[in-house]
Amino acid sequence: MSANALPAESRESPWVRFWAQFAQSRLALLGLALLLATIAIALAAPWIAPQNPYDLGKLDLLDARLPPGSVAGSGELTYWLGTDGQGRDMLSAIVYGLRVSLYVGAASGAIALSLGALLGVAAAYLGGRFDQVLMRIVDIQLGFPAILVALILLAVLGRGVDKIVIALVAVQWAYYARTARSAALVERGKEYIEAARGLGLSRLRIVLRHLLPNAAPPLIVVGTVQVAHAIALEATLSFLGLGLPTTEPSLGLLIANGYEYLLSGKYWISVYPGVALLATILSINLVGDQLRDVLNPRLAK
Amino acid sequence: MTVFILRRLLQTGVVLLATALLVFFGLYLVGNPVDILVNPVADEVERARAAAALGLDKPIVEQFLLFLRGAVTGELGTSFVYGRPAMDVILERAPATLELAALAMAIAVTLGLPLGLYAGLRPDSWPAKAIMAGSIFGFSLPTFWVGLLLILVFAVQLGWLPSGGRGPTVEFLGMQLSILHWDGLKYALLPAINLALFKLSLIVRLTRAQVREQSLLDYIKFARAKGLPRRRVIGVHLLKNILIPLVTVIGLELGSVIAFAVVTETIFAWPGMGKLVIDSIFQLDRPVVVAYLMLTVTMFIFINLAVDILYSVLDPRVRLAEAK
Repeated sequence: MSANALPAESRESPWVRFWAQFAQSRLALLGLALLLATIAIALAAPWIAPQNPYDLGKLDLLDARLPPGSVAGSGELTYWLGTDGQGRDMLSAIVYGLRVSLYVGAASGAIALSLGALLGVAAAYLGGRFDQVLMRIVDIQLGFPAILVALILLAVLGRGVDKIVIALVAVQWAYYARTARSAALVERGKEYIEAARGLGLSRLRIVLRHLLPNAAPPLIVVGTVQVAHAIALEATLSFLGLGLPTTEPSLGLLIANGYEYLLSGKYWISVYPGVALLATILSINLVGDQLRDVLNPRLAK
Repeated sequence: MTVFILRRLLQTGVVLLATALLVFFGLYLVGNPVDILVNPVADEVERARAAAALGLDKPIVEQFLLFLRGAVTGELGTSFVYGRPAMDVILERAPATLELAALAMAIAVTLGLPLGLYAGLRPDSWPAKAIMAGSIFGFSLPTFWVGLLLILVFAVQLGWLPSGGRGPTVEFLGMQLSILHWDGLKYALLPAINLALFKLSLIVRLTRAQVREQSLLDYIKFARAKGLPRRRVIGVHLLKNILIPLVTVIGLELGSVIAFAVVTETIFAWPGMGKLVIDSIFQLDRPVVVAYLMLTVTMFIFINLAVDILYSVLDPRVRLAEAK
């Protein structure tokens, strides 16, 4: 927690200093480890999943709704986390579902960040009418809860991975735009930008090479929070039947599938995908919390 | 102030029109409600008759203009599914949603404020750390999954509370409310807790952050230096100042609780507006979806307006006329 262990004038690179500050929280390190593990599992899904959950030929209906730890009828496989209503191995379904959830979260986050940062910096730089109109739109949109905006869009767009990414980008861009604008406004007035201008550098170069990197920290903080939100929102929308098609089950859809079995006590179909979802969101939030403390100059001592 | 409110009202009109346009034409493109409403084996004549009865035989632009003409007089169309005015269908369900939202918000504030105060005043004590760890959990737990867990534990395993539906109600001011009825309250408890959890974490974190920021400021030091009792410093000086941002957030969150009720109502089969709109989206019942969104969007604009005005009353430094 306390930053006074650091030497007043350290000659290490900023990255080393950054890491030292980040690593001060055990909880954040745990979160980072969990996050990296989740990403690794999602990337390696085809190689580590015991079963291909999309290959209907591999599924055995006789194995449906088996509790965790059951052995498959064929005797080849143990269902460590049980099976769902179609005899699908839950562990495999979760590993693949994690892939979909993370992909949707990362893709929508990256697009929304680029779009929002671009518009926000442009608004700060151009000012005037463009700035006014853009910020008005941002204010209006942020006045509504994300779930309502996403609901409107998905009701209109229908289901699909691309559609949910569009809806999530539409929900998130405003946060990035507002953050980027205020960061850019602060940075624009600083001396190094004046110096760069004095050197006769082009406007584009100043914005991309000098202003953006310095405006990045708040964007990174907003980014971690938003990606966690996006993953949770996608799961929620998929649970409501508005997000992803059933052919590409994300964690939210897996939980929804288990809902009908819950009342008869077959908890594993809903509970385990939820644990995976919780672990993912929690790990991002833990990392994000620490990033905010490390990158916030107001808290620096 | 007047200019500010007028400008806001104008903006409300623009946002409502944009929402109506988007939803109206979007749902038109998604599918034909006749396909869902009419018996699949019906012949062309029967389908045409059904389409004419619902006003769906006219070109979409004309349908939209007719809708707009009705909307100006407060008439938002007739539900395709229920055959009654869409607004009536929605308003019938409103008390169920509102009581759920109110109960959830009450739980979140009555628990969140004291917990946040404690965590902010003694940040290094172990209960404070436990509260903060709990709030990160509350933030990270997906609401709908918590709802399932609540059902699993309290309804299926323990059998203490019902798993869904709405219990007996009591009539109050013309509304059917279940929180005033002992058995009805049992039905409302799980969904309300589910809905409250996220807001509770939010209020705890916000209160703590505010307390920590404010207690370093000079006016607190001064109040303490004057020898005021600790209770008065916290209860009057500190609380007054942390309430300003809290009121904003609580006001805004009240609206978002109503919007988020969509999820909780679906899980607990709570017959409110949220469940209605989800069902209506699947049934392509355009008038109900459009009317619900118009209603919610209007509600949000007014909540935002009310919060802005309240803000200026609580904090004299905020002047509305200057806000663009």
